[in-house]
Amino acid sequence: MAGEAKVWTEGLNFFYGASQALHDINIKIPPHKVTAFIGPSGCGKSTFLRCLNRMNETIVGTRIEGKVFIEGHDIYDRSVDVVDIRRRIGMVFQKSNPFPKSIFDNVAYGLRIGGLKDKNKLAEVVEKALIDAALWDEVRDRLQESAMGLSGGQQQRLCIARALAVEPEVLLMDEPASALDPIATQRIEELIHQLKEKYTIIIVTHNMQQAARVSDITAFFYLGRLIEVDDTERIFTRPKLKQTEDYITGRFG
Amino acid sequence: MKKQTVETLGFNLFRLGSVFVVLILGAILFDIFYKGIGAISWEFLTAEPRMGMTEGGIFPAIVGTLYITLITALFSVPLGMFAAIYLNEYARQGKITRIIRLSIRNLSGVPSIVYGLFGVALFVRVLHLGTSILSAGLTLGLLTLPWTITASEEALKTVPKSYRDGALALGATKWQAIRTNVLPYAIPGMLTGTILGLARAAGETAPILFTGVAFFLPFLPDSPLSQFMALPYHLYVLATQHHDVEKVMPLAYGTALVLIAFVVGLNLAAVIIRYHFRKKRG
Ligand SMILES: Nc1ncnc2c1ncn2[C@@H]1O[C@H](COP(=O)(O)OP(=O)(O)O)[C@@H](O)[C@H]1O
Ligand SMILES: [Mg+2]
Repeated sequence: MAGEAKVWTEGLNFFYGASQALHDINIKIPPHKVTAFIGPSGCGKSTFLRCLNRMNETIVGTRIEGKVFIEGHDIYDRSVDVVDIRRRIGMVFQKSNPFPKSIFDNVAYGLRIGGLKDKNKLAEVVEKALIDAALWDEVRDRLQESAMGLSGGQQQRLCIARALAVEPEVLLMDEPASALDPIATQRIEELIHQLKEKYTIIIVTHNMQQAARVSDITAFFYLGRLIEVDDTERIFTRPKLKQTEDYITGRFG
Repeated sequence: MKKQTVETLGFNLFRLGSVFVVLILGAILFDIFYKGIGAISWEFLTAEPRMGMTEGGIFPAIVGTLYITLITALFSVPLGMFAAIYLNEYARQGKITRIIRLSIRNLSGVPSIVYGLFGVALFVRVLHLGTSILSAGLTLGLLTLPWTITASEEALKTVPKSYRDGALALGATKWQAIRTNVLPYAIPGMLTGTILGLARAAGETAPILFTGVAFFLPFLPDSPLSQFMALPYHLYVLATQHHDVEKVMPLAYGTALVLIAFVVGLNLAAVIIRYHFRKKRG
């Protein structure tokens, strides 16, 4: 995994109150690749993901140490506007969370709060985002209907479209398919595959087959530490560490 | 006793309790309706009291109650909503917010006559508003504030955190997230609770007694600083202060019926708002 990194961290520690959830994480995430975070539940994957777009700041009593860079700029620097960071680094949540608005208004949400008012431009971006999220054909005739009427898989793709509409550089996905049936899951996985051409994708998954299928790089976390990170193929065939191998082969976790 | 017997006994006791409550409410409403409906006429609703209140209508009292309810709403709805938004969305949850919440809960238990005395001291005297619609409306506003704040906070709590997080993750500022993705879903609930508070205030007598309500006024109030007549007080006067109680009793019941209709109307509005928005959101 040579080449320059899009996002990287240096000596990242994270605390919920007094309890430390992440220990000294150093990782480099390359552009236009899919990086998967795997590891047993509670090892800190979601916490780490939320450090990358500063969403942890919405949880009271948390503290972060160390640095997170995107293209060389520390996102926790005092001069940085958190709103900018979250527009550059989009996020899709584990539990799909469409807003109780129309399909169109969901996708247009980020643009509108960003100040875009031009109706034609809005319609154009919404269509493009829905096409990119592989949802356009299913909803083109009912853009004004409530998003709550979509199926689970459609809702999650809508959330992806909503994130894509603000044209982020990086897309964070926290177990985006964990609540979906196999067919909807497959669609999301295909989508991730297509999206990496335009975006840098980081996906948390507890499903190792999924990590093997969709990712180029895999990072294995355990008890709040980054144990091993490498090309996905190598992690799944000849990991360097015994701990990783044990997890991959299902001997624990 | 067998377990099942205890179950049946308990169930019937509870049922008896609720039936009893409904019966009492029904009896009150029926009594007022039965004795009051005879007094209701177009003249009763649109004319001033005449002949020492033994004839004529209650128009000034209706208008007065509408005015003070309006002032109460204008004062306590925005203030209560702002306070709730601050408490629920911005304030750091801790000892201080706990103390504030406890104070609010306690305020809602303070007897209304105490609010009346406070209203005299603050609005009538210190702020020089005199005995007026404004003083009385503001006093009632204070009385309803705990209700408004509590109801508004409850409404905000029903909006899932994922709406806030979803907006923030798309680059919304905190206020943008609240304004566009929290308030639209909380406002119906806020309104419902608030209207219930207003309905309660509209029926209060004690807080307006020292702050602006008049025994009898042959004309309508012409400014927010005028004195006014109000339904609950008019009812009290007719029922207990009049020299010819026999003669005005039907009018008292008519007044009670109008007051109850007003309060029930407000409650109904609350129910309709809630129903309408729940359907829209679903
Ligand atoms: N909001 C929170 N407050 C306190 N502790 C938390 C919170 N979220 C997660 N944790 C703790 O941090 C650790 C890592 O959790 P998480 O990042 O959710 O793990 P994963 O996503 O790998 O399952 C766990 O021990 C969890 O209990
Ligand atoms: Mg998780």
